[in-house]
Amino acid sequence: MHRLIPQCTAFGLALLCALPAQGQGAAVPNEQFMPVPSYRVGPYAAPGTSLYGGFIDYLNLVNVRDGGINGVKLTWEECETSYSVDKGVPCYEKLKGKGPTGASMFNFYSTAIAYAVLDRAGTDKVPLVTIAHGRTDSSDGRVFPYVFPLVTNYWSLNTDIVRFIGMREGGMEKLKGKKIVHLYLDVAYGKEPNEILQKQAALYGFDVKLVPVPPPGTDQQSQWLEIRQYQPDWVIVTGYGVMNPAMLKAAARANYPRDHIVGNFWTGSEEDTIPAGEAATGYISALINPAGKEFPVIQDMEKFLYAKGLGNMTDQSRIGTVLYNRGVMTGIITVEAIRTAQGKYGKKPLTGEQIRWGLENLNLDDKRIAELGATGLIQPLKVTCSDHEGGGAVKFQQWDGKQWKVISGWIQPDKKLVRDMVEASSTKYAAEKNIPLRDCAKGG
Amino acid sequence: MLYREAGQFKTSYRADQRIFPILQDRVGVGALLLVAFVAVPLWGNAYLLSALLIPWLILSLATLGLNLLTGYAGQFSLGTAGFMAVGAFAAYGFQLRAPAIPLVVAFVLSGVCAAAVGMVFGLPSLRIKGMYLAVATLASQFFIEWLLTRVGWFTNNSSSGVINAQPMVIAGLAINTPPRRYLLVLCIVATLALAAKNMVRSRAGRAWMAVRDMDVAAEVIGIPMLRTKLSAFAVSSFYCGVAGALWVFAYVGSVEPQAFDLTRSFQVLTMVIIGGLGSVLGSFLGAGFIVLLPLFLPVVLHAVFGNALRPGLLPNIEQFTFGALIIFFLIVEPLGLARLWQVTKEKLRLWPFPH
Repeated sequence: MHRLIPQCTAFGLALLCALPAQGQGAAVPNEQFMPVPSYRVGPYAAPGTSLYGGFIDYLNLVNVRDGGINGVKLTWEECETSYSVDKGVPCYEKLKGKGPTGASMFNFYSTAIAYAVLDRAGTDKVPLVTIAHGRTDSSDGRVFPYVFPLVTNYWSLNTDIVRFIGMREGGMEKLKGKKIVHLYLDVAYGKEPNEILQKQAALYGFDVKLVPVPPPGTDQQSQWLEIRQYQPDWVIVTGYGVMNPAMLKAAARANYPRDHIVGNFWTGSEEDTIPAGEAATGYISALINPAGKEFPVIQDMEKFLYAKGLGNMTDQSRIGTVLYNRGVMTGIITVEAIRTAQGKYGKKPLTGEQIRWGLENLNLDDKRIAELGATGLIQPLKVTCSDHEGGGAVKFQQWDGKQWKVISGWIQPDKKLVRDMVEASSTKYAAEKNIPLRDCAKGG
Repeated sequence: MLYREAGQFKTSYRADQRIFPILQDRVGVGALLLVAFVAVPLWGNAYLLSALLIPWLILSLATLGLNLLTGYAGQFSLGTAGFMAVGAFAAYGFQLRAPAIPLVVAFVLSGVCAAAVGMVFGLPSLRIKGMYLAVATLASQFFIEWLLTRVGWFTNNSSSGVINAQPMVIAGLAINTPPRRYLLVLCIVATLALAAKNMVRSRAGRAWMAVRDMDVAAEVIGIPMLRTKLSAFAVSSFYCGVAGALWVFAYVGSVEPQAFDLTRSFQVLTMVIIGGLGSVLGSFLGAGFIVLLPLFLPVVLHAVFGNALRPGLLPNIEQFTFGALIIFFLIVEPLGLARLWQVTKEKLRLWPFPH
């Protein structure tokens, strides 16, 4: 025992000595620092590795192919969040001040962490980008100047899904009397759509039944028993990580037709269907970006990065999957926002506050998307001071047993319904927190 | 040598009953408090304060709460996170529905709410013991989480089930910067830790320990079982409740009930076991081990391996190393880190001439 004490002390000293090393990093100017709060372990590792792999690959591609954004090199550092708030908040605090101008923006791809750092991001003037996740009512830029739930939010998504179901049934009026189950992971993320589903149920006259699955969602026996007894016409799924293949297998056991299950865009990737095997065939999900390698930007990844051994993905067969492409899409939006901000503030490293302006004035039209080699990969996006969402449309895809097949065009959300609910919720939040509403007419 | 108490005479009962009877300890603790209260808020950066020290102090408080129950009174509990949740949601409710109540009073009241709930779920301890009691307290964990998730009143009908802590104001002073939040947490934790230390040295604590060591014998010498066991549950839950309230108000800012799931209960139980059952100091050491080590490991491993490893391997190595270290410390010292410190002190008494 007593021999161990010096060893323990030495270990402690080693820890202390290692600390200053943390302070090193990008002291060189003309670098734009990007924090990468990834999750590569735990029940959500499967989506996390693809998402952040694609994201890092795009940042790297911009460096290698274009020499940075207008000559400003991108640097980044990863921090493991494991999709948990306990590790996500320290990651935020650790990375927010790195680089010559601090963190450019954060994208946690975790609704719970997004909630936890929402206020901090506003105080620290670091934009929080929550692409297709996060707090839905933060789409109201008047109340949340530093939060950007870009591309689409859960409420827009659910109006898209209900419209899709209406199309399949042969018209929205046919929804009357139908029974729809919402099967969701019982965390903040999964609960987000409930409110709007109930509103829409009243609007179109269908019945909705909420069936929560306790996280991480590997056991769904009782839930599917409940669903079988209810005999719904459609099942909408809001799941993530290991819950999804488990859901498909449980549905197969319960003998529920897979082509009447509609997942959201976090419930529709190869990581969800391949492990489920045969059980996944016919399953439908929403998408904000398709899978595929035919896009020039994805081909550039192989040409400029993987051919030279610079790629981030260990398993190269996952390049071009839904979530990898989403990571690339995230990278494109990130880089274009910085480029927009450079247009106003100059071609130099920018602060979070300046990049916030770039995000708010981001305008990705078809022409620019084509220049980036991402036509079809990403939808046009126009952000404004009051609307921090931008797009809102989704497509739908079906798993044919081997790959995803896109089965619809872009379906637009019920903007009016969503916006009314967003404003009702965000103004309530503003009142609770004493936040004055920003006047968007003044420009900013 | 360093810990020689020769020449330090106790001439009164007062001197004999001090918390720190040795001069070196008094100086050490005084210096530590000085650093914690003055130097750290003055020179500590935001990362140190709001990512390391605040969560560490808050979880130390919860660990201390469980340690009073498990380490001192010998009652196993897996409901810690449930009681933390009660405290968190009660504090939110008080601030929302009765804004006139001062913040600190709201924290105390949230602790009282947790204590009340804790007493109810402590009732089975009068009939069942050991592992069976642990399983019975599991019920509280699941019931509380279920209740807070299902009943909208607790979350003010938030659609996602997330509550947002109101801005903290004490006597007109907004507690909105990391140093202020840290000082608030430190004051509350230090006060409650001092109270705990005194409690376990008083009649109440001795009754708990008597029950822990042999409850039949304790009953024979006239210690009332009902009052002793329930008071242990009440005090423990009070501590956990205040810790939960601080977790949402001073640390995260917004939580969902799932922030206080069974994993959290196990986490706190692990902290108690690693730190040392029946030790106030151990609660802090155990929480420090579990909270801070996973944050230091990536730094150390990054320094060792650099970018040599393929991406994604490092987080996995961190997990392995952390698990290995827990096993290592438990094999080296099953009685916890507090015992390790005690052994060190005894060695230092003779150092550098052990013979």
